[in-house]
Amino acid sequence: MEVDFTFPAHSILALTGPSGAGKTTLLRQIAGLATPTSGRVVFNNNQWLDTANSIHIPAQQRHIGFVFQDYALFPNMTVLQNLEFALPKTHKSELVGHLLETAGLTQLADRKPHQLSGGQQQRVALARALVREPELLLMDEPFAALDPDMQLQLQDLLLKLRRERPFTVILVTHDMGEIFRLADQVAIMENGTLTRIGTPSEVYLDKSDSQELIIFGEVLTIEKQGETLLAQAWIDGKIRQLTIPAKLENQMYPGAKFTLHYGDGEVKVSGRKDRPPTADR
Amino acid sequence: MTIHGYSIIHSFTHSIIQSFNHSKLDPAPLLLTFKLAGITSVLLLVIALPIAYWLVFGKFKGRGVVEALIGMPLVLPPSVIGFYLLLAFSPSHWFGAMIEEYLGLRLVFSFPGLIIASILYSLPFMIYPIRAGLQSLPSSLREASYTLGKSEWQTFVQVLLPNCKPALLTAFVLTFAHTVGEFGVVLMIGGNIPGVTKVASVAIYNEVEALNYPAANAYAMVLFAITFIILLLVYSINNRLLRVRQPA
Repeated sequence: MEVDFTFPAHSILALTGPSGAGKTTLLRQIAGLATPTSGRVVFNNNQWLDTANSIHIPAQQRHIGFVFQDYALFPNMTVLQNLEFALPKTHKSELVGHLLETAGLTQLADRKPHQLSGGQQQRVALARALVREPELLLMDEPFAALDPDMQLQLQDLLLKLRRERPFTVILVTHDMGEIFRLADQVAIMENGTLTRIGTPSEVYLDKSDSQELIIFGEVLTIEKQGETLLAQAWIDGKIRQLTIPAKLENQMYPGAKFTLHYGDGEVKVSGRKDRPPTADR
Repeated sequence: MTIHGYSIIHSFTHSIIQSFNHSKLDPAPLLLTFKLAGITSVLLLVIALPIAYWLVFGKFKGRGVVEALIGMPLVLPPSVIGFYLLLAFSPSHWFGAMIEEYLGLRLVFSFPGLIIASILYSLPFMIYPIRAGLQSLPSSLREASYTLGKSEWQTFVQVLLPNCKPALLTAFVLTFAHTVGEFGVVLMIGGNIPGVTKVASVAIYNEVEALNYPAANAYAMVLFAITFIILLLVYSINNRLLRVRQPA
């Protein structure tokens, strides 16, 4: 694995790429949970790792927060105890109460982790990681196991917590929506190297394609109105209405799965067969 | 416990008490057995915790050699261990001589000698379950504790140990029960000095040799009943602990 990158403090960096590309390993090396054979890690002018000069600050002293993929809540402790465990003696205990409240966990403070849902466990993990008020929060696919609604709620919680106290975030994710919603910067890793880094728009948006819009869906009903067809279609989990040219009549029939291309002033259906001749209407 | 189980235990205790009355049985060997098992288990727990931790998380070569040595009591005849300990403990050997000179302890045919022998003999019964318990914990628990600024020691005491309670309980009780069941090693290095080294298993052997079957039966039944109840309790408690840990 060979990686070399720098990014601004107090921003959110999304680390993405195919599985096995080394994203989690990189995150663990930044945290001090794994050591690369050679390299340097510098955060806010603090040397955390410099193998050439035998500098290796242990994970305990790097003042980071880490949210694990499996949340890693301590099963023997309640929600409150999980947070209190993280509280250094020098910190004020009001912080624990405040984080519980912000994360909507006050009611659940006396529960054990196994009595919580996935989303609740994730909120505890996030709150616990912030008890030490770290300058850097590392998150390994934190929202991957949650349903879409819960993902949104937790992303909002992360943004809310960052508004209260800015900190830097490095987040491993595969979710394009998450990258655009959260990240200031995105870095793509492939085969242990960093292939691209930049803002999500810089990295992903290909200007030459922007004239074309592609819609995937399934036709539910269709109605001919002069030169156009009025179709009700199932698109992205909702019923939507589409107006399309009448010449597509043979390809757009109830039950047909379609890929519609809008572009160059024309509408096309691609990759679909015409209506089967035996179809019974 | 069911009525049925209760009545079995009740008639068991009843017949034990009768045997004690009929044969004027000396309870000393039984008390000595449980004293030996208790002391051995407590000391071995303290010794085994760092060894098990080191086996699971330590970075060193030759782990296989250490593991093989710890496992030896599982496969060796107790008389082999007893024989070598007898040689090592004897005042004519440098080890026995050193212990006698610096600690004023004679380990041959003495209770402290039995404890040391039992610790060595039960080593795998304590270390293996604890090692398995530590290994079964997700590594993220340990790492999460480190990222929260906790030292290895704090992590071990506050996170790892409380989360492998079933393994600790199993290890402790297996060691206790195994020490209760010791015979060969005890006989080799302890002999059968009443009140000092004559434990119940040796007493049974003596009574059978003297054709005093009721007395042998009484000792045997007490050992049988108590070890059965202990194991029954451990497995019920462990099943309950494991059920609690399943996600809701």
